[in-house]
Amino acid sequence: MALVTTTKGLMEENLLEKREGSIDNDNEYTRWIEFWLDGELVHRSVHVELKRNVLADGMAAMLG
Amino acid sequence: MANTQAMTTSFKTELLTATHNFGTAPTRGTGTADTFYAALYETTATLGAGTTAYTTSGEVTGAGYSAGGIAVTNATAPTSTGTTAYWTPSSSLMYTGVTLTTPFDTVLIYNQTQSNKAVSVHTFGSQTITAGTFILTMPANTNTTALLRLA
Repeated sequence: MALVTTTKGLMEENLLEKREGSIDNDNEYTRWIEFWLDGELVHRSVHVELKRNVLADGMAAMLG
Repeated sequence: MANTQAMTTSFKTELLTATHNFGTAPTRGTGTADTFYAALYETTATLGAGTTAYTTSGEVTGAGYSAGGIAVTNATAPTSTGTTAYWTPSSSLMYTGVTLTTPFDTVLIYNQTQSNKAVSVHTFGSQTITAGTFILTMPANTNTTALLRLA
């Protein structure tokens, strides 16, 4: 059985309530996973994939 | 063939490697790349284009997180395609075993080697982490999607 790192130490996943979700927009694709124990959040991990960057436009800067 | 006004692509790439110096700049004793770090900031912080250096003000705090953040993996040198120079960290930023209960939504990339001077600020949806891992995956390192682009 898989073990999950929680605020209460390592716990077996089947003892916990698992919640998952995602957000997909122009800026990011984000997935999160939570584990709850008796109504208490004991683990939350997040993976954010950035889609946007920062751009310096050299020509625009030169022309002012 | 006519001449074309332009900022040269080679110059843009060389800006990313500190080849040119129009003013007073740090003296570089070696040809090695600087060390860059990534720090996380709470939603109440005010980082942006005006940010000049890493600051602890507004930085997240919590178990497993060290002030200053984590080192950025920089295994891929800046390059150019077309007229755009670009650079992207070569690995995802991974904060493992952390608890960050105050919402955060920003990462600051800064140059630890050069007095923690700021490089870029990137925002995302507000998050918290509980006894878990926060992974920030970079966009593809191309001239249209790289994290830093000089066009």
